[in-house]
Amino acid sequence: MSTIYILWLRQLKRYFRSRSRIIGSLGQPLLFLVALGFGFGPIYAKAGGGNYLNFLAPGIIAMSILFTALFSGIEIIWDRQFGFLKETLVAPVPRIQIMLGRTLGGATVATFQGIIVFLISLIAGFRPTTLTLLPLALVFVFLIALLFTALGTAIASMLQDMQGFQLIMNFLVMPIFFLSGALFPLNGLSKILTVVVKANPLAYGVDGLRYCFDGIHSFPLATDLLVLSLVTLALMFIGSYLFSKIEA
Amino acid sequence: MENIIEVKNLTKKYGEFTAVDSISFVVSKGIVFAFLGPNGAGKTTTIRMLTTLLDPTEGKISLAGYDSVKDEDGVRRSFGIVFQDPSLDEELTALENMELHGVLYSVPKKVRKKRIEELLNIVELWDRRNEPTKNFSGGMKRRLEIARGLLHHPKILFLDEPTLGLDPQTRNHIWSYIKNLNKREGITVFFTTHYMDEAERVADEVNVIDHGKIVAAGSPAELKKKTETNSLEEAFLALTGRDIREEAQSTQADMRMHRKMWRH
Repeated sequence: MSTIYILWLRQLKRYFRSRSRIIGSLGQPLLFLVALGFGFGPIYAKAGGGNYLNFLAPGIIAMSILFTALFSGIEIIWDRQFGFLKETLVAPVPRIQIMLGRTLGGATVATFQGIIVFLISLIAGFRPTTLTLLPLALVFVFLIALLFTALGTAIASMLQDMQGFQLIMNFLVMPIFFLSGALFPLNGLSKILTVVVKANPLAYGVDGLRYCFDGIHSFPLATDLLVLSLVTLALMFIGSYLFSKIEA
Repeated sequence: MENIIEVKNLTKKYGEFTAVDSISFVVSKGIVFAFLGPNGAGKTTTIRMLTTLLDPTEGKISLAGYDSVKDEDGVRRSFGIVFQDPSLDEELTALENMELHGVLYSVPKKVRKKRIEELLNIVELWDRRNEPTKNFSGGMKRRLEIARGLLHHPKILFLDEPTLGLDPQTRNHIWSYIKNLNKREGITVFFTTHYMDEAERVADEVNVIDHGKIVAAGSPAELKKKTETNSLEEAFLALTGRDIREEAQSTQADMRMHRKMWRH
């Protein structure tokens, strides 16, 4: 337990000490909110969709969690390059505890990030229809965070250095974000796109958040929770298996 | 004398390339043991197998009585290590790095606090305990890593080129501290270095590895006698030849280069 705790704490300390990283990672969601929210707002309203910012904000919150979580997981590569990884790998503790500590830490950090972006979106003009489901929204935020930190851990366990980073960014992170329904409604999409979105775990996170804030959704709430939980569980297993196989 | 490390027919292959080729050696308890060899000879690969970071392709390692494959945790509890490359978390302070290590090795809280203060005082970093280690110089980081490696009172201390890139003052300081520890606490010291004068001065026993094989073993005096030379450096050259070695440009070596660039 203490191993998990101390490594969890390490992730938090690292996050709160790098202020430039926090500020930097808030710039992107803010830009998306302002540029897309206000840019497409009038057209969206004309098309009868209502307030686009209200529709968009849950998607942007999910986006910021996705980015922060995945990179927290991928931080293992940095630790490998800076040598700290070895310090944990030679320690007489089960690898699974090291993986859990890191992953929970990363997920906590990403949850914070999601909450901050939620507050920013409120300032930008996001008006949730209800706040009674806020605790449920927090559950979704944490699930998304955990899922993608575990995915980052799994990926990082297989990579030796940062060279594959651009590849991950363009062929994994960006598609996950753009094809999650974060930016557009899912009804009326082409068949192929619908299949792609349905195969994307983030879609269920976005959908769940939208349900909590705006009351609109494409999948049943139970489906959202179930899919997210199962995928998270599977990725935690895969991640800890791959992490246990790391040789340094 | 009791053997604290026993290595038998240890082999590590990367595809076709044999990095370590069926080596066998023993290290007696309580000695200072130097493991020498040119670049790419297999030193670091051997240390990584001894410290459970790499699985051997073949062979057997027994460390403090534990089998390195069957009882990894037993082995891991028995040694402390200072890696060739830095392995501190640079965002954390000296104290936090020590704390983290203590928790990972389940050193009880009270003991931990006391030992951390003791060790940081010995390596003269207690005054700077609350500074993030990224502010530290190369020598300070090394000293902190040595202190950290000793926090859980290991039976064996592995030092992979502990004095690389340090000035003579710091090197002397670090060695006198390690020697002292070896005498007082009976900790077995297993180290690699490229400074032959250093090895000659501190080592009780030397093994020379080249092309993945052990080519000589004995005390510095014995090696000098055997090769009819006057210093360990000459003996080393007589044993391993004068050709300059190409080291495979692994990511590891790459990173080492970057680290060096940053440190200076």
